[in-house]
Amino acid sequence: MAHTRIRNEWLERHQFTLRILCVGVVGLLLLATVAIRLFYLQVMHHSHYVILAENNRLREEPVTPPRGLIYDRNGVLLAENRPSYELVIVPEQVPDMQATIAALGKIVHIEPDDINRFDSLLATRRPFQPLPLRTELSTAEVARFAADRQDFPGVDIRATLSRYYPLGAAAAQAVGYVGMVSTSELDKLNPAQYTSTSEVGKVGVEAFYEQLLHGSVGTREVETDAQGRPVRVVSYTPPVPGSDLYLSIDMRLQEAAEQALGDNNGAVVAINPQNGEVLALVSSPSYDPNPFVDGISQEKYAALSNDPNRPLFNRVLRGQYPPGSTLKPFVALAALNYHRVNPLKKVYGPAVFYIPGSHRPYRNWDPDGCGQVDLAEAIMVSCDTYFYSLGLQLGISDMHRYLVDFGFGQPTGIDLPHENTGLIPSPAWKRRMDGHAWYLGNTAITAIGQGFVLVTPLQLASATATLSMQGKRYAPRIVMAVKNPLTGALKLLPPQPMPSPPEADSGAWKLIIHSMREVVANPAGTAHAISYGAKFSIAAKTGTAQVVAAPRSLHGEGPEMDLPKKLRDNAMFIAFAPVDHPRIAVAVVVEHGGYGAATAAPIARKVLDAYLLHTAGGNVTEP
Amino acid sequence: MILNDFSLSSSTGDLTLDQRLLRRFNLDGPLLVAVMALAIAGLAVLYGASNEDASMVYRQAIRLGLSFSVLLVVAQISPQFLRLWSPWLFVLGLVLLLFTLHSGHIGRGAQRWLSLGFVRFQPSEIMKIAVPMMVAWYLHDKPLPPNWKQLFPLAAIVVIPVLLVAIQPDLGTALLIASAGAFGAFFSGLRWRVIIMLLLLLAIAAPILWHFMHFYQRERVLTFLNPQRDPLGAGYHIIQSEIAIGSGGVFGKGWLHGSQSQLDFLPESPTDFIFAVLGEQFGLIGALVLLALYGYIIARSLYIALRAQDTFSRLLAGSLTMAFFTCVFINSGMVSGILPVVGVPLPLVSYGGTSMVTLMAGFGILMSIHSHRKLIAS
Repeated sequence: MAHTRIRNEWLERHQFTLRILCVGVVGLLLLATVAIRLFYLQVMHHSHYVILAENNRLREEPVTPPRGLIYDRNGVLLAENRPSYELVIVPEQVPDMQATIAALGKIVHIEPDDINRFDSLLATRRPFQPLPLRTELSTAEVARFAADRQDFPGVDIRATLSRYYPLGAAAAQAVGYVGMVSTSELDKLNPAQYTSTSEVGKVGVEAFYEQLLHGSVGTREVETDAQGRPVRVVSYTPPVPGSDLYLSIDMRLQEAAEQALGDNNGAVVAINPQNGEVLALVSSPSYDPNPFVDGISQEKYAALSNDPNRPLFNRVLRGQYPPGSTLKPFVALAALNYHRVNPLKKVYGPAVFYIPGSHRPYRNWDPDGCGQVDLAEAIMVSCDTYFYSLGLQLGISDMHRYLVDFGFGQPTGIDLPHENTGLIPSPAWKRRMDGHAWYLGNTAITAIGQGFVLVTPLQLASATATLSMQGKRYAPRIVMAVKNPLTGALKLLPPQPMPSPPEADSGAWKLIIHSMREVVANPAGTAHAISYGAKFSIAAKTGTAQVVAAPRSLHGEGPEMDLPKKLRDNAMFIAFAPVDHPRIAVAVVVEHGGYGAATAAPIARKVLDAYLLHTAGGNVTEP
Repeated sequence: MILNDFSLSSSTGDLTLDQRLLRRFNLDGPLLVAVMALAIAGLAVLYGASNEDASMVYRQAIRLGLSFSVLLVVAQISPQFLRLWSPWLFVLGLVLLLFTLHSGHIGRGAQRWLSLGFVRFQPSEIMKIAVPMMVAWYLHDKPLPPNWKQLFPLAAIVVIPVLLVAIQPDLGTALLIASAGAFGAFFSGLRWRVIIMLLLLLAIAAPILWHFMHFYQRERVLTFLNPQRDPLGAGYHIIQSEIAIGSGGVFGKGWLHGSQSQLDFLPESPTDFIFAVLGEQFGLIGALVLLALYGYIIARSLYIALRAQDTFSRLLAGSLTMAFFTCVFINSGMVSGILPVVGVPLPLVSYGGTSMVTLMAGFGILMSIHSHRKLIAS
């Protein structure tokens, strides 16, 4: 035996027992460590892991609410949603965009326009937003793509509701249009509501009532497996559809006004003086809003925005025109209100007016002058020299204050976006603008609606409505009713009263309204031509506003119409009817139309006829 | 010596029928009940882990039956016979391992499988039994603790098979074989200063081992240190596993109601990560019951080792038990995120064939050791 040591059985067993106990204790401790770890995971951090597991399992998918429809006051459809198939691309999932689009071009028809539009969408998109390459696919194209779908990762067919404006250009300036949501817009919107919405109102009612029209997004909670494949729908919260809107516009009147305006560039606004409802809102020329829905191509957009007639320009809200003589009734009211004029006193209206101590001539439009006129006659014949003098008696600060109280120089508060303010000048404003002092001459020409003063057609119509109601003022409204998407109940929006202009005594109102009636009724009135055949009483005021500083002598001699069109004056006209119980107030602007009496007045007459004889004569149905 | 030793059973006349049956087949009642309870509970967990795949459970049940018959057979073999055959089994294992390296089947990127025409198996599994047997055989006639010179053959017995398995590569099994051998040496009474020195040596060798590791093995270690470094890649397993366990809470989501396992978020759910399935569906309580069962099996096995009558039996019982423990601890530790991801199944519960047979053979040996004790010892 080579072993030098002798086995000690007892010692070995003892040693073994110790070692077994040792591993037993250590093993127990290690298993306890696992148990503690389990306690940590399953008790202390249980809720954290529950959330992680739920996030694994559940995916929330937004359900787009259908956008509210837009009708006119009689239920004529102005904006609807049409089902359509789009070819959409998620750029993040496409390996090679160039090749993909080229290959898609063999299956569906793709115009260079489509690609251009797609490229411009690419620039403003949100991450993982599916972008439409082609819209309005035919069923044959859908079928062809479906057969080859597996070859196109990141490309899909999407059935959507697409906005459509069946009347095209007819009401575009009021209704507006929707377009693709851009990144910058998303910052202003509630992003949670727009996760699956691709269209947002850009202008018009579509933009102003975006929230109501959009509705609330619904959610579909889908259980997915590890590959992201939906297994089942866990819960479904239906979207709240957008509310349908009823405009106060009467499309019959709108179309009549458009026809009356014809090829002229200009604007017609008709307002119901009793409540401020806008009955017609025409800015001519108009445009077809439909191409904007899917993202207008740059070419088409350039054509529209470079058009010298500016179809995209909403003249009603944003056009700022010198009101010319249409301002005179309001200036007269101001003078009466501040007792700066004896309305019955006959004053000589010369052909040329000089400010005392000055040799600068201020001419009358009629080179023969107006003879002896009182205030009412001065309005009737639109005597400029009478009003130069009146303006000086009134003074610029009171004139300014009163016109502002009437609603000029500020937004009317209509429920449409992007309204311009117009301008009622004041000495303070002039000092701010060019640092020069205000001259009496500025006061004189402001009194006849020239110089710095600017109004929008909407302001003019709204002020005319206020005048017709003897100072009862309402903010113009274009949406008159909202349909509750869930109950279907129609809620009429109440009129929005505005602070009245200072209380001129009722005699003053009656005097001015009478003088405006004489503008039409009296053979000497500037708009007497439109009185023929009228079945209702009309109160009106003509205006001819200089747009360019054409030599005054040109105006005095020879007929206006001989001038090149762009040098001609703007024709302005305001009217309301019937005089004793006004139901419609109209403002007409015809750009470069020459004399308001000749161009704008007949248009207004057609609008009044259309409303009072054919439309309002009992046909108006409350929706 | 396959024959039964009746000396024990004949000495006691007041045993029940069950106990007599157990004695007759050389089985240990408590251990048998615990092992079978674990295996049957494992089938239920497997059903929940496999997306209610009954055929998978059926195949596992067949394996369980086969493995149980292996247990029954092995339990009849006396420890003396096992000891005599230890070197031959060890040599057979080595030959098969070499043969596997040369012409084995490749499964999941590793060369582990050997086909014998009718059945495929992993020779490395043999080594889980053969290495502790060989260690026990080598030490059984030597005065303990072993001296310095004896350490080298001992090291060779352990290290050669471990290296052969590790280069397949099968780090998990290599680790289990190493632990079985190491525990054999530990139970032989290796001095603490020697143990500490060996551990130090291992620590020094670790960077060298790192150098020889496969890329995916390094990934696993790095991922263990920081699972978030690649959450969809290497870290995915452990993150999903922790989510499964953590979201189970105290009482679990209920059998067949685990979203992590049912919806395939948890990878390898029927095999290496089945413990996470249990944690998700049966909660902390289910997991603790499972750990308690394992604890009981280990305690009973250690008791059997304590009661063993000769050095070979003691060392073999002790090292088999601790290999089993290592397997349980590594798997539960890995799945719960306190150990790196190593391919070690949860014994008796994870889906898979060869390891089940080996485990049952191991329990058969334990039962044989317990039931073949000589009367004089008790």
